[in-house]
Amino acid sequence: MSEKNGDGKDPKQIDLSSFISAKEAKAPSSLEDFDAEELARLKEVGLDLSGHGRLGTFIQADCGVVTCQCLPEGLELLPITEALRKYDWLKENYYWKAVSPEKDAFTKATEEDLDNGYFVRIGPGEKVVYPLQACLYIRTDRVAQKVHNIVIVEEGAELHIITGCTTSPHAVSGLHIGVSEFYIKKGGKLTYTMIHEWGEKVHVRPRTGIIVEEQGTIISNYISLDKVASVETFPTCHLVGPEAVAQFTSVIAAPEGAYLDLGSKVILKAPRCRAEIISRTVCYGGEVIARGHLLGQAPEVKAHLECQGLMLSDKGYIRAIPELEAHFAQVDMSHEAAVGKIAKEEIEYLMARGLTEEEATSLVVKGFLNLRIEGLPEELQRRIDKAIEESKKGL
Amino acid sequence: MSVSSKKEMLRVDDLWVEVEGKEVLKGVSLTIPVGETHVLFGRNGSGKTSLLMTIMGFPAYRVRHGHIYFKGQDITHLPPYERAKLGIGIMFQRPPTIRGVKLREMLQLCARENGYRITELAREFGFEAFLDRDINSGFSGGELKKSELLQLLAQEPDLVLLDEPESGVDVENLEIIGRMIRKLLQKEVHRPRRKSGLIITHTGFILNFVAADRGYVMLDGKISCEGNPQEIFEGIQKHGYQECLKCLRRMEMEKTLNK
Repeated sequence: MSEKNGDGKDPKQIDLSSFISAKEAKAPSSLEDFDAEELARLKEVGLDLSGHGRLGTFIQADCGVVTCQCLPEGLELLPITEALRKYDWLKENYYWKAVSPEKDAFTKATEEDLDNGYFVRIGPGEKVVYPLQACLYIRTDRVAQKVHNIVIVEEGAELHIITGCTTSPHAVSGLHIGVSEFYIKKGGKLTYTMIHEWGEKVHVRPRTGIIVEEQGTIISNYISLDKVASVETFPTCHLVGPEAVAQFTSVIAAPEGAYLDLGSKVILKAPRCRAEIISRTVCYGGEVIARGHLLGQAPEVKAHLECQGLMLSDKGYIRAIPELEAHFAQVDMSHEAAVGKIAKEEIEYLMARGLTEEEATSLVVKGFLNLRIEGLPEELQRRIDKAIEESKKGL
Repeated sequence: MSVSSKKEMLRVDDLWVEVEGKEVLKGVSLTIPVGETHVLFGRNGSGKTSLLMTIMGFPAYRVRHGHIYFKGQDITHLPPYERAKLGIGIMFQRPPTIRGVKLREMLQLCARENGYRITELAREFGFEAFLDRDINSGFSGGELKKSELLQLLAQEPDLVLLDEPESGVDVENLEIIGRMIRKLLQKEVHRPRRKSGLIITHTGFILNFVAADRGYVMLDGKISCEGNPQEIFEGIQKHGYQECLKCLRRMEMEKTLNK
């Protein structure tokens, strides 16, 4: 079961050599090089280009950084290549410290031939209300984009990031490898929302490691409602200080042809840590493996895992794999998983109010995918709702 | 009564219905004129809800024989949403919860043909606090009824089907629910009424709040008796449905003797 993760084997047997290096693609110099269709794609993954200037924005197309600007004080945003040149401590203390470059072929390839990525650091005690927005964009057909991101939230700081990942309407196939390492210091808080809208021939391999210190919080949301060839992701979060909190939420639609192997792992290593993993999946004929792994390695931890799936077709499958592992007597860990079809009585109820069967089904699915994330500022919840609304249009 | 008020809203003609192979309606006929409210009494399991579900058109209720006419049109084989669009609305006894769908959204969908002002409507019945809650999620008995009636008020159907509107509701809320039903059926309007209703009741207490024009008693899938709703209600209150059965047997015996 877990052979698909952790030991570098790839279920879809992606041949890295069948893609071209992102460095071979001609990089655009600014957003002005983007056509209207491309800009519309960026909007669909939650990028607010009207707020350009008001917010921190990072846009990388293939290997080139198109936009990297940041207004709020106390917040630093740089292309990772530049940050690595600027700060020696970055390499020493953070670079490849939460994710091992030896993890698999994709991490190795990223270590050997890095395209770029973002470095974000928010200073101690700083709190930024507006979300920082990042976009990783595949613009050229057959490109393998190799990205490495590092986010550091210093003591008592608070930061919100929305990352939208998508392809140009003109690019057909591609491979996106995204290594991300997040470090949340004592009492810090990071909310990280990732919206994926790739194409049906794009393979995606995020590799994420998160380290949260005492009373720190990570809220991570993952949304993928569009076509994609394959995604395999299994962020691993280490809660290393007492009372650290992790919350992972994913909202997934799996159309026919999509292979999604998703989940998260939280290791609760200090007393009174809390973790929650929630996933909502709608299967339209794709293949979905919904994982969740909670590991209680300290007393008095509390953790819950919830996986709910809706099957809308007899094609495809949802396989829920919840795992709980407790190493102390004083832990409170639970999971619930349910996979099924839409309740007939809900559809009939809506039909009696004048909705056709298709309208009723669509409304029930949209409701199922509506998520309320605890601890999110209203502004961010609104942005996420809007992004989900945008990407639901295709449903 | 004027001629126009005698126009028929609903006519059920010798209806035989089965659910999962079991016969639930055995030759039901009734006619509801425009502007009239009729009440259907009966024990649990007598077939009352089945009749409502069949009129609304749920596929599990298979019509084996007979017809349903709405405003003169044969609707026996139309799907529920077509019937809703023609002007039939139903209040469910146990409506499902729909996760992630707000009551406000539902009301807007109900009102999409007429542009009804949702917030004002909810405020009128002290229900605006529920507009942004998931529909029916964690609602109490009375709240479920109000939510259902609010949806119907937004939908403005010409024929309202109400399934046990008073069940599980406390006295205080019963007053508000009565007011909602009266508004729905235009009971406080003096010009000729255009709305009709069919109310199912086990206890009959709803008659204390909503006036009805005609009553029926349903027993074992058949309408066994019809007449003045108040008289039927009083009879049932005094003697119970057991007495209805006896009365029915007497009638049948008289019938055989007369032959």
